[in-house]
Amino acid sequence: MARISLQNLRHSYLDTPRAEADWALKSMNMDWSDGGAYALLGPSGCGKTTLLSIISGLLTPSEGRVLFDGEDVTDIPPDQRNIAQVFQFPVVYDTMTVYDNLAFPLRNRGMAEADLDKKVREIAAMLDLEDTLKKRASGLTADGKQKISLGRGLVRSDVSAILFDEPLTVIDPHLKWILRSKLKELHQRIGTTMIYVTHDQTEALTFADQVVVMHEGTVVQIGTPVDLFERPKHTFVGHFIGSPGMNVLPCTLEGATPYFDGIPVPTEHPAPGNGGAERLEIGVRPEFVSFAEDGIPVEIVRLSDAGHYQIVDLRHGEHLIKLLAPEGAELPSEAAHIRFDPSHTRIYADGWMMG
Amino acid sequence: MNNKTAYPKAWLFVLPVVALVAFNALIPLMTVVNYSVQETFGNNVFFFEGVKWFEEVLNSERFHASLLRQLAFTGIILAIEIPLGVAIALTMPARGIWASVCLVLMALPLLIPWNVVGAMWNIFALPEIGLLGQMINGMGIDYNFTQQPMAAWFTTILMDVWHWTSLVVLLAYAGLRSIPDAYYQAAKIDGASGWAVFRYIQLPKMKRVLTIAVLLRFMDSFMIYTEPFVLTGGGPGNATTFLSIDLVKIALGQFDLGPAAAMSLIYFLIVLLLSWVFYTLMMRDEEQ
Amino acid sequence: MRKFTWLAPTLYILFLMLPIYWLLNMSFKTTNEILNNFTLWPQNFTLDNYIKIFTDPTWYNGYFNSLTYVLINTAISVTVALPAAYAFSRYRFLGDKHMFFWLLTNRMAPPAVFALPFFQLYSAVNLFDTHIAVALAHGLFNIPLAVWILEGFMSGVPKQLDETAYVDGYSFWRFFLRIFLPTIAAGIGVAAFFCFMFSWVELLLAKTLTSVAAKPIAATMTRTASTAGYELGLLAAAGSLTIVPGAFVIYFVRNYIAKGFALGRV
Repeated sequence: MARISLQNLRHSYLDTPRAEADWALKSMNMDWSDGGAYALLGPSGCGKTTLLSIISGLLTPSEGRVLFDGEDVTDIPPDQRNIAQVFQFPVVYDTMTVYDNLAFPLRNRGMAEADLDKKVREIAAMLDLEDTLKKRASGLTADGKQKISLGRGLVRSDVSAILFDEPLTVIDPHLKWILRSKLKELHQRIGTTMIYVTHDQTEALTFADQVVVMHEGTVVQIGTPVDLFERPKHTFVGHFIGSPGMNVLPCTLEGATPYFDGIPVPTEHPAPGNGGAERLEIGVRPEFVSFAEDGIPVEIVRLSDAGHYQIVDLRHGEHLIKLLAPEGAELPSEAAHIRFDPSHTRIYADGWMMG
Repeated sequence: MNNKTAYPKAWLFVLPVVALVAFNALIPLMTVVNYSVQETFGNNVFFFEGVKWFEEVLNSERFHASLLRQLAFTGIILAIEIPLGVAIALTMPARGIWASVCLVLMALPLLIPWNVVGAMWNIFALPEIGLLGQMINGMGIDYNFTQQPMAAWFTTILMDVWHWTSLVVLLAYAGLRSIPDAYYQAAKIDGASGWAVFRYIQLPKMKRVLTIAVLLRFMDSFMIYTEPFVLTGGGPGNATTFLSIDLVKIALGQFDLGPAAAMSLIYFLIVLLLSWVFYTLMMRDEEQ
Repeated sequence: MRKFTWLAPTLYILFLMLPIYWLLNMSFKTTNEILNNFTLWPQNFTLDNYIKIFTDPTWYNGYFNSLTYVLINTAISVTVALPAAYAFSRYRFLGDKHMFFWLLTNRMAPPAVFALPFFQLYSAVNLFDTHIAVALAHGLFNIPLAVWILEGFMSGVPKQLDETAYVDGYSFWRFFLRIFLPTIAAGIGVAAFFCFMFSWVELLLAKTLTSVAAKPIAATMTRTASTAGYELGLLAAAGSLTIVPGAFVIYFVRNYIAKGFALGRV
């Protein structure tokens, strides 16, 4: 087990990257502490799989170093890095039995058959694969195969970290939940560092202690699920996490107070100055928008029922604002006013949170 | 596969194919069956002979010799072309411009008319004027495929390897490309050796295309006619007289219709039988 | 070790190119040079052999004849195979499996077996020495092949496509021609490629079924080889020219070849 550090990491798939957009991963420094459960969250193409491949060693970064417990492993191939990885599509060795699949990484490392047998049976028990040990792996269902992929990682006692690359994509919804709980349980039991890549916020938030949100090759925020919800450091995080996402509205600053369309918006997080930003915005989650006697005038556009609450689409001029109201709440007539909860209203300069 | 709709009228869709193939296959086949049980002395007078021709062919040493040569030839070229084709597919570039270049150049022999293949190798291997002939003789080996049976076999096999290995390469290449990258990555992480990657990932995934490759190469090599006919004419002597060459000699050369027809049917049945055996052997694991 | 993997394919391609080079080399030589001097490249470079082929109708007609029956065969094979492959991939009907198997067995029929009966059959229906006779005869192995390839491609297209089109009010034929065929265009290309290939390279049947009017180039070559003595340069030039159509076809399908092999299971 190990602490993983990334230092000044950059990667491009082009030989000679020129523009900023040529970099699949933009410069980053990061530490993954030993034994943590991390989720790497972001939309497709944000660089999360690239980052994962660099950690596992399948990809050598264009710039920067990867350290395991302070030791530089940047140029060490994956099989010597003591890393396990589970891929999006289950990888099993079709012609082997489940048992041989699980034993494969150990045999490749020359472990004695007796020790190996003990280890394989232990892992099979953990994953509920005991009954299928003698079966051909090719005959298993997708979730069974994914368990084998996972098992091949767990079976090695030397792994520093287990990496998951959207491992539940091809699993049926009702089994997803079971496998995810299994993962969580395994993490608590063996305490290995786990890094879980996904674009599904529910998966990320339920699995991880720490969520790393990526956007266009950059890590925009690392934090607990609560952090991401209450203190999104970037408008992208606010928008990407939460359902529906955060309202982002253009604003101007007069002194420290932000103005939205000429209306002052009180906030407990005033900005010290615009810092030369080109774009200033207010961010507030729909949960923290409420109807009020005065404030920002809006008209109600649409109402949609989302179970135990309702989403109200509002319009102020050309700007759309979402509001969450409790189920069955009395709504004002068409012309209404809203206010934002000052403790959850934040100002963003060029996308990044101020203050 | 099991979700097909029952639809008896689908027969109409198949009808043109059945009509054309039946015209080409059934009528000639009936002609052959007809000849195979009759004797003729010309003038379109035929006498029923029963299974006489079949007995004659099955007991003739000439047929045994041709069949043996055929089996030896097919066995040798399968033993060379399948491993060689797989090896080349494994080492050729996976993608990019060089992969295209390789594919185009490698496919070239497949589209050359078979008699041109024979003629080309004739010119290439002749001891006096051919590059190959000159090269081998230059190494101090006495080589003349028009006179030495061994040299004739060597040349015929080399020609077939030249002509058809690319088919195996293309099939194996296609099989390899259908393996997702994740398999190679997982193998790397599992610490698998190059051999293990081949044995446990590439070979199993190529199995289907390799089955097709073996079947096609078996059938086509077993039916080979034009290339060796043009190259060696079946000689020297009968050294390279394979089944088809022998059959054409009997049917069109000597016009022995009865024996030729009986031999045709036996020949066809052997191909069918061996193809079936190959197929079931190679597919047996899949069924489990 | 990894660095030298290019060596095997390179040597293999070199091996493939050598006989072709030798053929080209010969085609630019005079008969005199071929027979009397062993030279690695033409000393007296000449285009006479090619000029002869392009000016003598018995030669250039051979190319037209070959291309004519090959194209007819490709068109017929693919056209009739399309509905049949659709039926095999979508429907169950009486004897479907047996028929599919029976079709494939024709791919295993040695042409030598059929040479004589074909001669009699096509003479009997007055088609001897016509392009259409060769085109039909090559259908023996090409039609089953086309059905097989196309069925493979069609099985890869989800049935939902058909159902959606019917729900949208398409008639069967409009759906088949306007939606389905474009969807499997790559498969049609691959099937056509293989029909072209096997018809173009076959000689035994083509030679048996023709004498003058539809004589293929390959037959012109063999007859020249035996009657006109040893005009090797001419023969080499004619042979070199037969490589050209194939090379063209390969170039156009180069990006589909590998995929076609994999999907179309040829």
